[in-house]
Amino acid sequence: MTAAAVQPAAPPVVRAEGLRVLLPSRDGRELAAVDGVDLTVQPGEILGIAGESGSGKTMTALALLGLLPHGARTEGSLELDGVDLLRMPIKQLRALRGAEMAMVFQDPMTSLHPMLTVGKQITEHLRFHSGINKRAAMARATELLEQVRIPDPARTIKAYPHQFSGGMRQRVAIAVALACSPRLLIADEPTTALDVTVQAGILRLLDRLRREEGVSIMVITHDLGVLSALADRLVVMYAGRIAETGSTADVLGYPRHPYTRGLLHALPHPELGSAELRPIPGSPPALADRPPGCPFEPRCSESVPSCAQHRPELLPIGGGRAIACPVDPYAGADDVASEVVTS
Amino acid sequence: MSLLELRGVEVVYHRPGRDVRAVAGADLSVERGQIVGLVGESGCGKSTLARAAVGLVPVAAGQVLFDDVPVQPLRRRARDPRERRLQMVFQDPYSSLNPRRRIGDQIADGLKLAAGFRGDPRKKVAELLERVHLPTDAARRFPHEFSGGQRQRIAIARALAADPSLIVADEAISALDASAQASVANLLVSLTRELDMGLLFISHDLAIVRQVADVVAVMYLGKVVETGVTAQVWAEPAHPYTRALIAAVPPPDGSGTLPKDLPGDVPDPAEPPTGCRCHPRCPAAFAPCPVVEPPIVSLGDGRTTACWLHTEPPALVAGSSVDRDGAADNTSEVA
Repeated sequence: MTAAAVQPAAPPVVRAEGLRVLLPSRDGRELAAVDGVDLTVQPGEILGIAGESGSGKTMTALALLGLLPHGARTEGSLELDGVDLLRMPIKQLRALRGAEMAMVFQDPMTSLHPMLTVGKQITEHLRFHSGINKRAAMARATELLEQVRIPDPARTIKAYPHQFSGGMRQRVAIAVALACSPRLLIADEPTTALDVTVQAGILRLLDRLRREEGVSIMVITHDLGVLSALADRLVVMYAGRIAETGSTADVLGYPRHPYTRGLLHALPHPELGSAELRPIPGSPPALADRPPGCPFEPRCSESVPSCAQHRPELLPIGGGRAIACPVDPYAGADDVASEVVTS
Repeated sequence: MSLLELRGVEVVYHRPGRDVRAVAGADLSVERGQIVGLVGESGCGKSTLARAAVGLVPVAAGQVLFDDVPVQPLRRRARDPRERRLQMVFQDPYSSLNPRRRIGDQIADGLKLAAGFRGDPRKKVAELLERVHLPTDAARRFPHEFSGGQRQRIAIARALAADPSLIVADEAISALDASAQASVANLLVSLTRELDMGLLFISHDLAIVRQVADVVAVMYLGKVVETGVTAQVWAEPAHPYTRALIAAVPPPDGSGTLPKDLPGDVPDPAEPPTGCRCHPRCPAAFAPCPVVEPPIVSLGDGRTTACWLHTEPPALVAGSSVDRDGAADNTSEVA
């Protein structure tokens, strides 16, 4: 519903409604790592998912791919192009994985097979999914390496991962993910292991892929700078729930959830001068002891007594934005928000 | 005299068939109460330099002086008590703490090192835990009961137990979430000021270095290419590499601007480029860069840089001076 305002015509590539991912705990309970998430990814859109470790952002991605840990159970619905992934037989899901949706992981050192050539890794699933012959697959691999700007693709296709630097390896991993022209690319901390200079190149590459190939991208990271550069819209997650969502410019420029504001304030920025950084006090609640009310309440500087009892719903506030916080300083003043945004 | 002084330090790793000069002549100093930030891409030798500073790797040339005494490389024998006041905090608090020993015992190890510590170790451990803002009952618990940020506080408490006058923090906050990064960075800064220690803060995260460091040193491929007061270096980077590093950081302002990338990777330190090591990736490279290595020159205000843009380059052909403007595209011809 929030995305509908942005692009009303096209049906979304991804639609999650009330998605829950439940993990079994040692004492036989079920703990919700993802606790009721609604989101959409539009065609050709880059959606950023932000949050600290343990916020459920990676679990959301793994649920899409059907790669959740053993024993995990899902509730709600999660659709790719209108097809529910959660109730799909594994065989059918396998046909989609790698073909319609592909993932780029944080560490290209461990996500690539060290003993297979780059060409083999790009073409293996390509041949599995499309059944083309080896020569045609290799030609496609060369094309892909060119697309991700790896110098001398004809030669590098025979090289092994250890022969590349970290940035080049991540480019190879992106080429592997792109091999079957997926509709959706999921990138989980794709630049966290890289230097800023190399990161800049990867961000430019992802942006170009979206513009030229029209691939939808879900970028998951704790780095708000990366999301600011890349994402059209943001979903800020905390303790398995969405705290705030909206266009990147709105969410980062005029954050309305105390958690988003806290995250931004904790970052170093030039205006701070020699003053101390301002971390959010405390740390995120462990999965097993999340509070009954708003999960952020124990760390929140703006909480009111009711926050500890009532879990806030994610409510739309217009302009494609929604926040889950009853003490939003702009609450009820829609004109203020729109004025701030447009000025 | 500086608290820690590195002079022309070189570190060579001997690998089968080749020698890698990970640090190829670096100068750096840290004063009491001062925070020196060391930045650079991975593979630039900043971690190796940190290890050389605390004697974890032997230096092939040059000198590391701590309190005017050369730091001896760590061997099987116990360290000289004076060198124990030089402590290190590592990147990963998951592997730097022993998972099977209680926090209190691990911190007390540091006390044993502190020259002439007498008194109740339990009381001192409690004091140290308070100092890093952890509850005193943490002493009886194990590392797995703590978050990454808390573990890093424990590692800092252990370093503090040895009564250090200088701490080398190698990517000490890189593995933490933004909020935990901020609070551990604040802790390191306040400890440095309160205890009048020196802090060598190594990080690839320029934004955080800008925030905490008094002085910054930028490394590229084994050499320090620029140093200066942090605010000045940021306001007016002298070296094109420093400029590129700063331009590559995406600001979290929601503006949607893609950061500028610096094409290419850090070259293999075993085969560094000729002349200035930065020249193959440098957007401002001109005729002398691939041929002659630029010396480190002073720019005033304690700033230094090693770049031909800031000093008169030598004449490549006798009698002719170098054309700075026109030669930028023709570097390959000179090389």
